[in-house]
Amino acid sequence: MSDKKIRILIGKPGLDGHDRGAKYIARALKDAGYEVIYTGLRQTPQSIVNTAIQEDVDFVGLSLLSGAHNSLFPKIVELLKENDAEDIIVFGGGVIPEDDIPNLKKQGVEEIFTPGTPIKDVVDFIESKREKVGK
Amino acid sequence: MDIENKILEGSPRHLARAISMVENNSPQKEEIIDALYPKTGNALIIGVTGSPGSGKSTLVDKILKNELKKDQKIGVIAVDPSSPFSGGALLGDRIRMQKHSGNPNIFIRSMASRGHLGGISAATSDVTKLLDAAGYNLIIIETIGVGQTEVEIIELADIILLTMAPGMGDDIQAMKAGIMEIGDVFVVNKKDKDGADKVKKELDYVLDIKYHDNPENKNPIKMVSALNNEGIEELMNSVYNYINKLKKQGKWEDKRKTKIKKELKKIFSKKIHELMDIHINYTEKLDDWVKLLMNKEEKPYSLINKELKSFIKESEIL
Ligand SMILES: Nc1nc2c(ncn2[C@@H]2O[C@H](COP(=O)(O)OP(=O)(O)OP(=O)(O)O)[C@@H](O)[C@H]2O)c(=O)[nH]1
Ligand SMILES: [Mg+2]
Repeated sequence: MSDKKIRILIGKPGLDGHDRGAKYIARALKDAGYEVIYTGLRQTPQSIVNTAIQEDVDFVGLSLLSGAHNSLFPKIVELLKENDAEDIIVFGGGVIPEDDIPNLKKQGVEEIFTPGTPIKDVVDFIESKREKVGK
Repeated sequence: MDIENKILEGSPRHLARAISMVENNSPQKEEIIDALYPKTGNALIIGVTGSPGSGKSTLVDKILKNELKKDQKIGVIAVDPSSPFSGGALLGDRIRMQKHSGNPNIFIRSMASRGHLGGISAATSDVTKLLDAAGYNLIIIETIGVGQTEVEIIELADIILLTMAPGMGDDIQAMKAGIMEIGDVFVVNKKDKDGADKVKKELDYVLDIKYHDNPENKNPIKMVSALNNEGIEELMNSVYNYINKLKKQGKWEDKRKTKIKKELKKIFSKKIHELMDIHINYTEKLDDWVKLLMNKEEKPYSLINKELKSFIKESEIL
């Protein structure tokens, strides 16, 4: 058995004040065997990126309900790159219109999960990257 | 050697990477720690422990705020339990300190206990060395909420803040002797709430009895409200006074020596275990031995002695 554990940061950028979704996913990922760090509400992209780096996570999952995903998600991808941390995989979730998804993916967000996605899909996504993150 | 230099240069990315290597028991672990060891020993290590929900993380957040005024670089290690069922963990301490995460002088790392029982994780000790070498001159370790036996923090920290709060079952009567012993400075948190005075009074009473013959050694008790940021400066003053007193009494050096001694013992016995497992393969043989004993074909002590003798012989050949 390897001692390596997949670590995931669940970040909540933007100004919306609801984090039931973020907390739910954090707990579900814990139950799936991952080490999960949750940032709490209203984080700036910079503080999410600093946290991701200090915690040496393999994934950053962003949760957003406010509709600012088109600017905030790519901003975080960009900041990770600037900090030599482009190997951290970014995925997103929340109320995100289908039409926005291709553009977000083009800008480096690996996967988008819309409301109602079963946790199993998220876990499958993470497992599909296990080798890539070296765990 | 590269990663060690980057850590010494202050790269948070490399520091974080090295912490994971230590945590994951990677093959480079020993080399990294030993390479950085000469640069350690400068940090003051404060342990914050106490029952779940007593306000440890909130207190650490306010200590950060207070100590930042003094131009310090501060590292935080916050330990939370791993789930025994899934092996996963929800590392929640950080949320309360998150407003500091943009500060270049603060490095916060959450760690899961990964099955280790002492209230910290097996790698915590080595992680403090990494932070120390990286130039963090104050390191704060928040343990898992303490039950009764989770007292391993004394082997890591220079000084321990034992946090209590009203309404948490923290009346002294309910406290097991062991946990009372590990506190250097006692923090009665949530002084904004009813019952805080009572916690303080009971604590006073117990410590007065304990130090009846040498009252000058009685531990400081400080009342704070971490939530409202009250009493933190006074608390930290008494922490530094306490340290100065230990230094004057010559106990500081003893403490550090004891720490190193315990650490060496731990590494030694871990290595011996690993060696034995490789050479005797005892985890595998165990089932066979059980059979032998069940059938009374062997006796416990003579069996083990026999195995040990052959282990020693073999390792001499090696
Ligand atoms: N009234 C009051 N509540 C406080 C104070 N300090 C912390 N709390 C509250 O106590 C609860 C627990 O605080 P934490 O800081 O998470 O406690 P903890 O000891 O770190 O908890 P664990 O890490 O889960 O063991 C939170 O709801 C805090 O807001 C205080 O001084 N007064
Ligand atoms: Mg806590």
